[in-house]
Parts: sequence; structure tokens; C-alpha cells
Amino acid sequence: MALLDVRQLDVRFSSRGKAVQALRGIDFSLERGERLGIVGESGAGKSVAAFSILNLIAHPGFIAGGEITFDGHHLNRMSERQLRKIRGDRIAMIFQDPMMTLNPVLTLGAQMIECLKAHRRISTREARQIALDKLNLVQIPSPERRLDQYPHELSGGMRQRIIIAIALLLDPDLIIADEPTTALDVTIQAEIMALLTELCDTQNVALMLITHDLGVVSQVTRRTLVMYAGRIIEQGPTREIINDPQHPYTQGLLDALPQMATPGERLNQIPGAMPSLNNIPPGCAFNPRCTFATERCTREVPHFVSTGGTQVACHMVEAMLAKEKAHDTV
Amino acid sequence: MIPSEITQPTDQATTSPRHDPSTLLSIRGLRKRFNLSGNWLEQLHFSKGRLTRRQEYVHAINGVDLDVARGEALCVVGESGCGKSTVARTVMGLISPSEGEIHFDGTRIDQLSAHALLPWRRRMQMIFQNPYASLNPRMTINRILEEPITFHNPSLNRGDVQDKVQEVMSSVGIDPEWGGRFAHEFSGGQRQRISIARALAVDPEFIVADEPISALDVSIQAQVLNLMRDAQQARGLTYLFITHDLAVVEHFATRVAVMYLGTLCELAPRDTLFSTPRHPYTQALLSAIPRLSDGHPTPIRLTGEVPTPVNLPSGCVFHGRCPYATARCREDIPALKTYGDARVACHALEEGRL
Repeated sequence: MALLDVRQLDVRFSSRGKAVQALRGIDFSLERGERLGIVGESGAGKSVAAFSILNLIAHPGFIAGGEITFDGHHLNRMSERQLRKIRGDRIAMIFQDPMMTLNPVLTLGAQMIECLKAHRRISTREARQIALDKLNLVQIPSPERRLDQYPHELSGGMRQRIIIAIALLLDPDLIIADEPTTALDVTIQAEIMALLTELCDTQNVALMLITHDLGVVSQVTRRTLVMYAGRIIEQGPTREIINDPQHPYTQGLLDALPQMATPGERLNQIPGAMPSLNNIPPGCAFNPRCTFATERCTREVPHFVSTGGTQVACHMVEAMLAKEKAHDTV
Repeated sequence: MIPSEITQPTDQATTSPRHDPSTLLSIRGLRKRFNLSGNWLEQLHFSKGRLTRRQEYVHAINGVDLDVARGEALCVVGESGCGKSTVARTVMGLISPSEGEIHFDGTRIDQLSAHALLPWRRRMQMIFQNPYASLNPRMTINRILEEPITFHNPSLNRGDVQDKVQEVMSSVGIDPEWGGRFAHEFSGGQRQRISIARALAVDPEFIVADEPISALDVSIQAQVLNLMRDAQQARGLTYLFITHDLAVVEHFATRVAVMYLGTLCELAPRDTLFSTPRHPYTQALLSAIPRLSDGHPTPIRLTGEVPTPVNLPSGCVFHGRCPYATARCREDIPALKTYGDARVACHALEEGRL
């Protein structure tokens, strides 16, 4: 059984009397120890998808429909009280800005011990020892001293290491990381990503990595979801998606990267911009920006079709596959 | 085109000797310190029974020499805190250097008064990182774009100014019909196009772009980079492009300057830098780019953190994180030396240990 299973997830934000749909029928699952990447541009709904797993969507947002099953528990039917036992304990989160997630007026030790004692019946001494072990795990120099320091005394990279240590405190089954290295420099990003991958492997923790950086996804994850305007438009093994993208949006996203172009040549740009949530075009949401769009794309929402290991929601790919199949039977 | 009505540079500005006409901008021995200590009362400290006055500085730039040739796109890369934005701002005269000289087209501009600097301000413009912060929310796009034109060409009549505004708007792909709208009505990519239009409105020769695409989405980054390249070809612009994104550098630059803690560690043409990075820091930086392709070498893992520019390390600024550092690196500051068409400041390379 999959560790996490999300079916037909529908999230809305109410604004001025009417509800805006942020997520439309999201389906995906995650195995134990698997590393999954969610990519997309801002406004695609990738953070909302991650936050809704732990029901961390604040008013006016709400989960309007769907099932979220984690290790046999139906998370979306749980009370706030029950959810708090899962949050931080079984599922941990890492956010983008480590300065915003750490409490500036408490020492790091106090924050780590507080988290442990909230979930386990242990003494402060035991909790301190666990905190120390985790700091060692994330390779922080002189961990003993860090416990008595405040967040502002550390650099950005060091703070993100602390955050990872806190996420690992209660040996979770799943870590949800929302743009964990976006605020960091490249050399620090490489270190943090290497550390996170290594820890997920050795501790058998599943990782859900939300990022806009296709390079990072390609380095870290085994499976990738590509999101656009509140829907998943392509999903499959990361290598297949990077090397042979099927959906025109995924192709455009990869082609637009400077590292895909010949140095000095023009980049391949996708015309236009992501639509806003209250103004999503009918049919396939990508159709106004798509060079292959037909009349059908403006009418019908495409369903997933499988090609190789990937699933794509695109009328063009579907038509092409149908043609190939017809050709094969002849 | 606007007729050139700007008064020619006056004698206040001294022409620098030995000016190479192919060089548009040259920076010599640039240093910038920012005082951290506050007012004199805050500088007083009581220690060991005595009252002492202590001053602390952030050493943002520590002796940078750089030439920008006409028509090139020189990219300055480095991690946060390496002083790359400070270089951009000192060049533009937004902050004054603590030491050193800045020459633009043969004329020293760093000690000019604000008034004397005006004719040069028209020839150099800046694009900022965050288009949400750099456009005035209370002005319409027309007013944002008119302002620099009328300011630098006070004798133009309204019709000419309007024509010019429409011309720059269409050149960056913004419909001139939208001129009556406010900045908040546009998306991030469109706003950055408007900031580019504002920079182009006075027909500059030289544009300093400080992380112009870092706040934008991938598909929009490509649009803006293409626009900047088109403008360069159409108008013969020279760019000083500040960024931390090496993939963008590889695409956009003709020459690359790598900075670390306020010093230049490597300066090389793009192809040389990316095929044979010589400085250990450049090597680590290049290997850290998250590549799409599989089967690439694992990144060189640097140990430690970037030291603070308040207490600069002695010798080579990189020695604390460098795998090749020796006793000499901890004492002597390496100078830029020429290797092929690259200039690198590294003792290990000079001694042939690399």
C-alpha cells in the first residue's frame, strides 16, 4: 500500500461570495522512501497541494472534496486534535525561509526540545540528547554549542540544516519540503540538497519536494509531477520527463531554460503568462499559450493518457497515440 | 529618435589619460566600506575600565579593477554578500566609492556633483531586481515612462514625448494602449518589461542590470532575457549584468567576472570560463549548478561558510573554504595574473599546484 494517496483533491478559496478553484481533481500517490518532485511556476498550485495534505490551508481556503490517505488514515476526515498528532511527528515540513520558521526569541535547543516533548513523554535530558543526535546527523559543527544559540547567530545554510534536523526529530515517514533551497546560494543549495537526499535514503523517509527549479528536481527526485493552473498535466519518472517531455507545457518549460539553449542564441520562450485562478480558460488551461492548440483543446478538459512510464493530459498526445495504435493494428 | 539636446560634458569632468576608445567603462582600485557603528555615542564601549570608541565596517568591495568593452555583456557572478550589487550601484553613482576611480567613456565620473553627472546619467541606466518595488504604484505607466524623457530633454514638446513613450512600449512588447494603467495591473514579467522600457526611454548606451530576472518564473525569464538580447542587438547596448545564476551567465554573457567577498577571483571570456574554470571557487560554483542531464560529476562540496565581510580573512579571501589552501594563501593576497585569455587570482594556480 502506498504511504500517501491523494484522490480527486479539490481545494477552493472563497473570495467575494464565490469560490475560486485552486486545485482541480489532483491524483497522486507516494511510496515509502520515495522522492517525489512537484514542479510548476508560481500560481500553479504546487504549494497548496502540499499544504492541503496536512490541512494547513488557512481561511478563506478549504478542501472542497477528495480523499487524502496517509498510512491508512484519512487525513481529511480527521479532527484538528488528531491531525496535530500526525503533523511534525509522522509528516514533517520544511519551508522556504528558515528565518521565518524558527522562533527568533527562543534558543534552538528550546525549540527542538519543545517539539519533542509535545509528541513524546520523555525528560528534557533525553530530549536534549535526541536533539544533539539529529544535529550530528545534519553535520553541524559543534552541535553542543548550537543548542544554546539563537537563530540569528547562524547563517542561512546553517539555519536550513537546523530546520532539517528539526524535521527529522521524531523520525517521520514523510518530509514535505516547500522550496527548501530557493533562499540559498548555489554552493549551499548543492550541499543542502545532497544532505537531504542522503538522509532520506539512510532513514528511509519519503520526500515530497516542491520547487520551480527543474535542475534540482532532476538531481534529487525519482518521480515528478508537473502542475499548471491547479491541475497535474504530466507525471512520471523524473528521467523520462526531463529527457522526453510529452506535454507542450513541460516541453516549453524545459526549452526555456538557459542551459538547454546554445550559449548566445535566443531562448525558446513560452508566449503569455500563467492565467490567474479566477480566470482559467475553458478546456485545457494551457490552450491560449500552446502552439499545438486545436478547437477541441478550448472545449474539453484532457484526460490522462499513458505513454511509456508517464501520464500526460493533452489532446495532442492522445491523438498521436491513437494514430500510432491504429497504425500498429494495421 | 530624440535629437541630442543634452549639453555636452563640461570641463568640470576631467578626461582621463590613456583612454582606450573600445573601453566604455573602467573601474580602478574600487573599494567600498559601509560603516556599521552608528552614531558616536553608539560607538563608545566600556571595557577593562576604560571607555573606548570602536568603529566597525562592512568591507563590501576590496579593490576591484574591471573594464567593460563597448557592446559586450559582462556578467558579474557570485553568492550573496560578495559585493556584486555594490559594484553595480557604485558604477551608477547611487553610492559613492570609499576609494578608487570609475571612468565612463574616458571621463572620471565618481567624484562629479549630481548636476555635473546628469549628461552621463542619460547614457547609463539601471534595471533593478524586483519589478514590484521599482515601479511607483501611484503613477500610470505613461507617467513612469515620460518622467525620464522629460527630465533629460526638457525642451521636448508633449507630442514628441508621447511618441517616444509609445515607441519604447511597443519595443518591449507592451501594448501602448495600456499606458493609462497602473503597475499593479500587470504581471511580474510585464512589469519587468516596463522597467526595461523605462531604462531604454532615454536611449542609453550602457545598462546595468542587477538580477533582472531573479524574481521571475522560468518561462517569463526566457521572455525577458530574449528582450534584453534583442535590445542589445537593435541599439548596440553594453551590459553590466549582475546575477547569481550561472546558467543565465552561460547563456547571456560575453565575459564573466567571478566575485568572492568583495574581490575579483576570475575574469574570463564565457567559453573559457565554462570549459576551463581555473579558480577553485569558480570550479566549485560551476559544479554546483543543478544540471538537467544525468551522469554529471558530483558537485565539489565546499566546507564551511562564507566569512562575514566585517572581519575579512587575511590573505586570499577564499582560503577558509579552499581545498588547496596553504600557509601562503593565509598570508598573501593573490593578485590577478593572466593565464591564456583569463585572469585569475590564485596562489595555487600560480605555483602550478592546480
